Amino acid sequence: MTDARIITGNQAAAVAARLCDVQVIAAYPITPQSQLAEILSQFVESGQLRAEYVRVEGEHSAMTVCIGASTVGARVFTATSANGLLYMHEQLHWAAGSRLPIVMCCVNRGVGAPWSIFNDQQDSLAQRDTGWIQIYCRDNQEILDTVIQAYRIAETVYAPVMVCYDGFVLSHTMMPVVSPAPAAVRKFLPPYRPHTILDAANPLTLNSVLLPNRRPDAEGTLCDGYMEMRWKLQNALDRAPEVIREVNRSFAEAFGRDHGGMLWTHRTEDAEVILSGMGSLAAEATVAADALREEGIRAGVVGIRVYRPFPAKEAVEAFRGAKAIVLFEKSISYGYEGGLCSDLKAAFYGSGILAPIHDHVAGLGGRDVKARELVEAVKSSLARIQAGERDLKTTWLNCATE
Amino acid sequence: MKKKDENISAMCRPTVGEAGRTGDWRDLRPVIDHSKCTPFVKKKAACYLCWLYCPEAVVKAGIPVEIDLEYCKGCGICAEECPSRAISMVREDQCND
Repeated sequence: MTDARIITGNQAAAVAARLCDVQVIAAYPITPQSQLAEILSQFVESGQLRAEYVRVEGEHSAMTVCIGASTVGARVFTATSANGLLYMHEQLHWAAGSRLPIVMCCVNRGVGAPWSIFNDQQDSLAQRDTGWIQIYCRDNQEILDTVIQAYRIAETVYAPVMVCYDGFVLSHTMMPVVSPAPAAVRKFLPPYRPHTILDAANPLTLNSVLLPNRRPDAEGTLCDGYMEMRWKLQNALDRAPEVIREVNRSFAEAFGRDHGGMLWTHRTEDAEVILSGMGSLAAEATVAADALREEGIRAGVVGIRVYRPFPAKEAVEAFRGAKAIVLFEKSISYGYEGGLCSDLKAAFYGSGILAPIHDHVAGLGGRDVKARELVEAVKSSLARIQAGERDLKTTWLNCATE
Repeated sequence: MKKKDENISAMCRPTVGEAGRTGDWRDLRPVIDHSKCTPFVKKKAACYLCWLYCPEAVVKAGIPVEIDLEYCKGCGICAEECPSRAISMVREDQCND
């Protein structure tokens, strides 16, 4: 029997990395990720985790070390936040392009300028097109479980996975978390088998220049060009939802906790209004939905757990019955709207879902978002929709905009 | 039927011709005047700066010096570096072969 311990989100992530027997860790401290890097270095120093902890001078190097170690066959882990993640951006493309199953926690934080150490999701949303799988967690138990799942997903799909959780809201908040038994995790997560291993006895040039067209090599094999390699990555992410759902199912069978695969729902069966978002904000929306129901408004929540690959098919299924859709996002694509809003609208195109969608940007730079504020926002959206408004522009929740 | 590339990331083996017949890229061909080339004139292994500087490793440091035109891209570094000015770069359409 495993007992629950009351720990922070950062502790949950560190315990998960240890349970996954990671062999190389390279991380550079940044708030609110720092505690995670510190705990892992303590694990290594005290011998609780037999891994190499590589101290680096920045996040670009942290990801470079992970790429090198993963290429020679090690299971690797890193974590960062905000500007640290942005500093890593170039290497994120290299990790995905090299098809390395690196797992990284992004402890979500607002991006400077101006400086903020507090939570929003602009940092990871800005990495959307790097070829990484992105999973958003809503509580500390899900963080621990998702890191374990992430390795199995990454090592099956051969694509890196970013496990995102909200800074401070989860990273520094203590909650009861159950740690699975190490033997059970080892059974769930077989050892990492690299698709290619850098080996002096069998020398290879990795990631050499690829020309626009395919070309035969010295042995007559028709080698892929740059575009074929890009397609292989896209194809891998296209097929990843199947793996993500399977891993979620197996995890639920092995450990008794089902976090919902690509997305999760809360009281959506008969819902006339569906609230949606990612991470802790979506968890907060469940409290708001329950409160709305007490007032006689049939509300439900769809939490987007995996943002890339995007759960387009599941979303069409989950939102189908809604008469109104209200979104809450902790990021903005400047000059347009929240990224989730655009993606959902694109997913609904041609599906017959014509419900009005009202997007809200909320909680940037750590501004608190309370369930009762979500309740008020939904009621205001519904009033406008009932009054016949269809072209609802993005609302900045609880923000002085004049 | 040619073999398909099964690799999911880009990789190749360090082998002659791995990047294809790069000699096709050439506009200017290095032509050696052996009467000026140091190893040929002195009849001993000497100089070989062309071999040292060639970025494509297509120069064979023998007597006489040979250049593998299947893979020489015609960059002209050998001609630039040759201390006895034994190599000249000649337009491909003006070479007689």
